[in-house]
Amino acid sequence: MDDWLTTVLIALPLVAGLAVWLLPWSNRAAASFALLAALVEVGVWINAVTRFDFDGGLQLDQQREWFGDLGVSYHVGLYGFSLWLVGMSVVVMAAAIAYAFWVGRERSRAYFGLMLFLTGAVVGVFSAQDLLVFYVFFEAMLIPLYVLVGVWGGPGRMGATIKFVIYTMAGSLLMLAAIIVYGLSEGTFDLVEGGTSTNEWAFLGFAAAFAVKAPLFPLHGWLPDAYRESSPEVAAVLSGVVSKAAGYGFLAIAIAKFPEPARDLQPLLLGLAATGLVYGSFLAFRAPDVRGVIAYSSLAQMSLITVGLFALNDLGLNGSVLHMVNHGLLSAALFLLAGAIERRTATGDLDRLGGMARGRPALATVLMTVGVIALAVPGSSAFAGEFLILAGVFSVGWAWAAVGAFAIVLAAMYTLRLISAVLHRDVGPAVADEALDLRPAELAVVVPLVACLLALSVWPAGITDHISFP
Amino acid sequence: MTTPAVDWFALSPTLALLAAAGLALLGSVLVPHRATRVFSAVVCALGFVGAGVAAGLLYWKSPNATLEVADAIRRDRFGALAQIVLAGVGFLAVGISYAQRVRRDHIGEYYALLAAAGGGMVFLVEAQNLMTLFLGLEWFSICLYILCAIEIDRVGSLEAGLKYLIVGSFGSAILLFGSALVYGATGALEFGEIAAAIEQGSLQDDGLVLAGLAMLLAGLGFKASAAPFHMWTPDVYEGAPTPVTAFMAAATKAVALVLTMRILVTAFPAEEDLWTIAVAVIACVSLAWGNIAALVQRNLKRMLAYSSVSHAGFMLIAIAANNELGGRALLYYLIPYSAASLGAFAVIAARERELDDRVTLENIGGMGWERPTLGVAMWIFMLAFAGLPLTGGFVGKFYVFAAAYDRGWWWLVLAGVIATAISLYYYLAVIRAMYMRLPSELALAPAGGSPPREALLSASVVACAAVTVGSFFVVEPLIDLAEKAASQLPF
Repeated sequence: MDDWLTTVLIALPLVAGLAVWLLPWSNRAAASFALLAALVEVGVWINAVTRFDFDGGLQLDQQREWFGDLGVSYHVGLYGFSLWLVGMSVVVMAAAIAYAFWVGRERSRAYFGLMLFLTGAVVGVFSAQDLLVFYVFFEAMLIPLYVLVGVWGGPGRMGATIKFVIYTMAGSLLMLAAIIVYGLSEGTFDLVEGGTSTNEWAFLGFAAAFAVKAPLFPLHGWLPDAYRESSPEVAAVLSGVVSKAAGYGFLAIAIAKFPEPARDLQPLLLGLAATGLVYGSFLAFRAPDVRGVIAYSSLAQMSLITVGLFALNDLGLNGSVLHMVNHGLLSAALFLLAGAIERRTATGDLDRLGGMARGRPALATVLMTVGVIALAVPGSSAFAGEFLILAGVFSVGWAWAAVGAFAIVLAAMYTLRLISAVLHRDVGPAVADEALDLRPAELAVVVPLVACLLALSVWPAGITDHISFP
Repeated sequence: MTTPAVDWFALSPTLALLAAAGLALLGSVLVPHRATRVFSAVVCALGFVGAGVAAGLLYWKSPNATLEVADAIRRDRFGALAQIVLAGVGFLAVGISYAQRVRRDHIGEYYALLAAAGGGMVFLVEAQNLMTLFLGLEWFSICLYILCAIEIDRVGSLEAGLKYLIVGSFGSAILLFGSALVYGATGALEFGEIAAAIEQGSLQDDGLVLAGLAMLLAGLGFKASAAPFHMWTPDVYEGAPTPVTAFMAAATKAVALVLTMRILVTAFPAEEDLWTIAVAVIACVSLAWGNIAALVQRNLKRMLAYSSVSHAGFMLIAIAANNELGGRALLYYLIPYSAASLGAFAVIAARERELDDRVTLENIGGMGWERPTLGVAMWIFMLAFAGLPLTGGFVGKFYVFAAAYDRGWWWLVLAGVIATAISLYYYLAVIRAMYMRLPSELALAPAGGSPPREALLSASVVACAAVTVGSFFVVEPLIDLAEKAASQLPF
């Protein structure tokens, strides 16, 4: 098989990013070009979906020699499940770029160049079929993120970036060691050719990297700062897209290549994930600001996804993939809405917000819709995902499912608290009467995300029946 | 007494550089004052180009390793590849030096010494016996002592030269003492004969050989600035003129490490289980010391000096692995590492000339936005040092770790991984300082228009950045070269 499509999906944003950065565009032209490139990327992905055969295994793959003496090659391709993750990523990235276009960012050539570079790296992570290529893209995500948070972030950005990078890199470097161990003992770094391994240490190396990236309790120390200090669209990308690299890694590498260690250490990972699920939910319930609620709910939801993955059965895996797509769209929409609220009130403090629903029907409707899906009302796509995850983990042990169900109740509590604190109650001191409703441009950014969520709610089988794993 | 046959071809890189040194010296007498700078720089650059071409031919024409000139040097691809790297480093160092404010009456000497130091280095990497080893080492060291002190108006420069002279001589003396002990025990000078003599005489546990080996390692450790033999490094790197620091950081380290690998593998295979452990321990100490000390530095040159100590540690891991993969790893690692450290010091030199002050994390603030080319290049170099992808530094570290794992030393991999994680803090601090400071935090006061235009320096920096990034994408051909070179050592 030699198909350029996956390479195009990776290279198109990278090349466009370079063009934005190097050519002498005006601010507006750079932003428009970046948005155009992001939309073309979505188009290329739709083309990939139409060409995809969901009954087959690895598709649209391409392989080229990189350095042969250690068995490393540039090998990319897509499975059914990674296709959906790529789709979620390109849609969220396009929304984030559109939001930044609407808000306007200083030094926009550098900004949009980095956003496009990040898009390429994310797609690369989800399509890499060689461990070293995977690692390269995994790290390549970090470089633009470091600058995007560090240069365009809030006042506490320095501390936030350094914490984020050190946490992530510490995990990634353990993964690099694990990659070397796996690759040299298998004689190849290729994920398709390489067999399964029983080395628990290598498994733990991979697990460490993904546990930081997700993040899992107790490795989530970087999360609140990074999500609070970055600009809303970058926070949307961080929690919506980048964290999914961890879920992907657990699924495609840690579980697929280390079945025995995964089974042996299943209680450990389920335990950490369940702890994070409950702990994150409580923190989200206690968080004093909009971003805090979304950030900790992200911790909880990623933990829930990990619970589903380490159920180690088809139900759990299907549910996790569906929920990864859900959560990507949900948290991106929430962070962008949080940005819209902060622009109007100059604060994210829940004490100073409130009563925004009156006279702002569009904001109220959109936030309500997203919130209702997020709290997994029956019939929503999040409900479908969470139900599959709980059903999957129930066969491992009913107690895990009970913890999960408890956490879903907590999710309803913190989501409703967020909605009522922003939209209902008395009008908060920070909410001026002049604060406008969502503008058409903002609706154009958020409504497509909500539309995707509604479509998935109507037809979750669109993903769960069209999925294939390595 | 008969004169041994001389393979002039094998010596041609050295000869090219010696000729350049001589011409540059002559030029400072014969060429009119106005033209001395151009003339000597061009001659020196041509010398490095010539050496590079000669080394390339040497690589191509030496499919089998042979001993030449009464077995004093070994003509092989291992040495030739190192020579190519050295020639490249020297060539770019000329570009970085060009706009440096060296006193007019020292310009000729500056380039002559640079070429002569290069000559000593390309000679040393071919050395195959204890005499040529010491000769080559002193040859380039003496040139560097003077180069460090060449800005005699600056106290820092003089101090650096003197410190380097004293500590460097101490290192050389230890090396010489070690050589004498090894010669005394084995009666042989040539590396291969030493190995044979140890083998035949069952001298594995001989006190003289062991003491000699230890002293040789220590002496080479001084030159490679591996901890705990690194104490001169920060002071000398800080005090020396920045282009000289750039040259030293890349070239001296390369030479010392290449030679360490050559002598250990060819002369002491019988002591393998001892020296691999010793080198691994030195590597770990270098990684720990270099990285932890770098964390607290504010002065960029000192920080990079400690970072160079830690990189000596990484390359020593490749040597400690004592396998062919390690040879490949070392030779490959040298390419992005040399490019990145040359380039990083060049960027510092540019800032130094702009501010006329020592460059610190404070006064480099905002440079990334002011001078985008240099800023992005510095970014690339820091990523390469930290071993992040899209730079050759990543592939280099990958090979080094792979070599250590191949030997079965996973703990060495772990040490390298931890060191890399620590190093991120200070490498990223440079990027943070350059890009992420608020304008209000930046109390910069260099008045007087735009910074000096330095086309040659910028071109050298861009070339370094291109090599750093390029070596990530074209790994296969480079590894192929390194593989053919490493396979000529008796692993």
